[in-house]
Amino acid sequence: MSDINKDELTGKPTTGHVWDGIQELNNPLPKWWLTVLYACIAFSVLWWVLYPAIPGISGYTKGVLGYDQRKVYSEQAAAAAEAQKVWIDKISASTTEQINGDAELLNFAMSGGKAIFNENCAACHAPGGAGRPAFPVLADDDWIWGGDLAQIEQTIRHGVRATTDDATRMNIMPNFGTDGVLTPEQIADVAAFVMSLSGEKSDPAAAATPESIERGKQVFADNCVACHGEQGKGNLELGAPNLTDSIWLYGGDAKTITAQITKPRHGVMPAWEGRLTDAQIKMLAVYVHALGGGQ
Amino acid sequence: MQIQPIKPEQTVSSTSLYADHVKIYPQRIWGRFRVIKWSALSLLLGIYYLAPWLRWDRGPGRPDQALLLDMPGRRGYFFWIEIWPQEVYYLAGLLILGAIGLFLATSLLGRVWCGFTCPQTVWTDLFMQVERWIEGDRNARMKLDQEPFSLRKAWLKTAKHGAWLAIAALTGGAWIMYFNDAPTLVRDLVHFDASLAQVGFIGLFTATTYLLAGWAREQVCIYMCPWPRFQGAMLDEHSLIVTYEAWRGEPRGKKKAKETEKLGDCVDCNLCFNVCPTGIDIRNGPQLACIGCGLCVDACNSIMGKLNRPLELITYDSLSNSAARAAGKPAKFKFIRTRTIIYAIGLVLVTAGMLFSLTTRATMDVTVQADRSPLFVKLGDGEIQDGFTLKISNKNPLPMEYRVAVEGIDGLSIKIIGADPQSVKVGGDSVGTFRLLLKAPRENLKHRRTDITISAVNVTTGEESRHGAIFNGPKHDDDDD
Repeated sequence: MSDINKDELTGKPTTGHVWDGIQELNNPLPKWWLTVLYACIAFSVLWWVLYPAIPGISGYTKGVLGYDQRKVYSEQAAAAAEAQKVWIDKISASTTEQINGDAELLNFAMSGGKAIFNENCAACHAPGGAGRPAFPVLADDDWIWGGDLAQIEQTIRHGVRATTDDATRMNIMPNFGTDGVLTPEQIADVAAFVMSLSGEKSDPAAAATPESIERGKQVFADNCVACHGEQGKGNLELGAPNLTDSIWLYGGDAKTITAQITKPRHGVMPAWEGRLTDAQIKMLAVYVHALGGGQ
Repeated sequence: MQIQPIKPEQTVSSTSLYADHVKIYPQRIWGRFRVIKWSALSLLLGIYYLAPWLRWDRGPGRPDQALLLDMPGRRGYFFWIEIWPQEVYYLAGLLILGAIGLFLATSLLGRVWCGFTCPQTVWTDLFMQVERWIEGDRNARMKLDQEPFSLRKAWLKTAKHGAWLAIAALTGGAWIMYFNDAPTLVRDLVHFDASLAQVGFIGLFTATTYLLAGWAREQVCIYMCPWPRFQGAMLDEHSLIVTYEAWRGEPRGKKKAKETEKLGDCVDCNLCFNVCPTGIDIRNGPQLACIGCGLCVDACNSIMGKLNRPLELITYDSLSNSAARAAGKPAKFKFIRTRTIIYAIGLVLVTAGMLFSLTTRATMDVTVQADRSPLFVKLGDGEIQDGFTLKISNKNPLPMEYRVAVEGIDGLSIKIIGADPQSVKVGGDSVGTFRLLLKAPRENLKHRRTDITISAVNVTTGEESRHGAIFNGPKHDDDDD
């Protein structure tokens, strides 16, 4: 039997291992490589000592360097806020009109406004101001309380029917049905008339006839024009919606319109002054105005 | 599979699984390949250390360094070319070019990269020369290392490592000059105003240079570098490599008068082994650790010359030529082979592609991203409006005005928040981001999704860039889904 430590063909030493008669040549690894392995192990031990490493039941080892990612985050967030300060100061000192007219400020306000919107507004109005049922779309050109920069800023600041703010946007549509102002027949007629204003395909459920629309026109003239206007085009000052477009807050079918006349729903938006900074509100107004181009 | 247990008497006694490092003491040699090596070293290190100092005027307020990778500014400058981060594929192209060039050079000339131009080789060569100046040649160095500690030994070692560290620091310093304005950086370093990052990177590259060229040397080539392992795939019998012509040299031996007839030309002087920077014996045949530097060719020729024997016993030649000479046939170089043709074509194609793309490179770019929420809105008058984010990249150094237009739907109207679509202003060397609102009459939308093209034209130069987009609308009767 040949010497197991020497390969016959190459004359090289083997590791002495034999697998199914196959021997493994010993091509030794350099010793410094092994040293590097030990150095890495030593490094990992050092790391355990220096940095937070081992979890316990109610905490973890803190490490002698006192490194804390939360602290690093706060520092970086503070540094970022410091870097933004020059812009925030400019925005605080400008009106929304001025921000909109300055390319650089507009760019900053759009980015900032988007972040603030997604954090605070998107829950109801949906990302991009796409709106949800009973929460107005902000990306179209239909505005209940006005869609220019100042009006949007006013709405954000003071909210709509916000109980905490005396300057809030406030209106109340009477309960025409439940308070007995109109009979159910009259409400059906005026609903048919309102639907005819926007020229939408009439809802079969409304059973609208030229006669009922004609009757409804009279009911509308007697009860509704004070707020919604003679043409039904609404009134931004009062927050009375335009009824002639085909954009509906609660729905444009006969059932919903009838229900809204009988006992109206009234949406509420919080006042954001005090919850957001002045600069944040301005950026938000500029952003919301840009979503659909405003008015 | 059957594993046989190792019996005690069979266990490895003489060999370990880990090899001690054998220090190599390359001897000084002079000759054709040494001249090539010094020339390559001077040229490459000259370029490396001096290139950051080249200036290139790009106009006021812009960097005037010819070669600069401005990381915080997100720009790469290469003489007249300015690369934006989104054009980093030029760097990929450069790397592909380098790889194919390496393949071509290797299939033609063997390991010329390893032997003459690899940074590891170049700096190791420089460090070895410094070592030779301070501690003396091979025998003196071996003797010094075996000597007991003395003041002289301490002084020589200190001087050597000091010189190495100085070169390493210069090397590390030069490296970060490709990422910073060189004169400013030097001024900052002198005044101790350099940033922690700058000093840190100088320290890092100083340490790696010192370790790799001073201590690791051939260990890098033999154990760390992947290239020696697969460069063999580029070689064939016609590639030029360093070979020992065993047919002529063997049997080797010291020349003794009566034995002359029997012995080959090799006198077994071991000079080829003594000069080798990776410490191998080329007479064992082509091997992984041979970096193809040709110093053993110089060594052997110097001996053969003195002995009046034919030169080129160790030669930089192809295996096929070596075999032809052994058989008494004429040697014939064959550079045009399938593999060299393929590599050359690849090189030409990639170079042509890079040149074409660089010369026809646009100085502007327009991209459009449609809003995902809402996809579209219905306006009070029944028209459909879509919102987009429009980005216009102005790669000119000066501010430019662009005329934005949209095609694809009749009666489409354009609105850009805070700008006039006829003259959208974008600052020099920057990207303008705008909110774009497109409004289309509902009756002109024939499908839920309509292809549109948004174009921007540079008002001054007439250059145009276009970008396709989708205009979303309500479901249409003609839609399938």
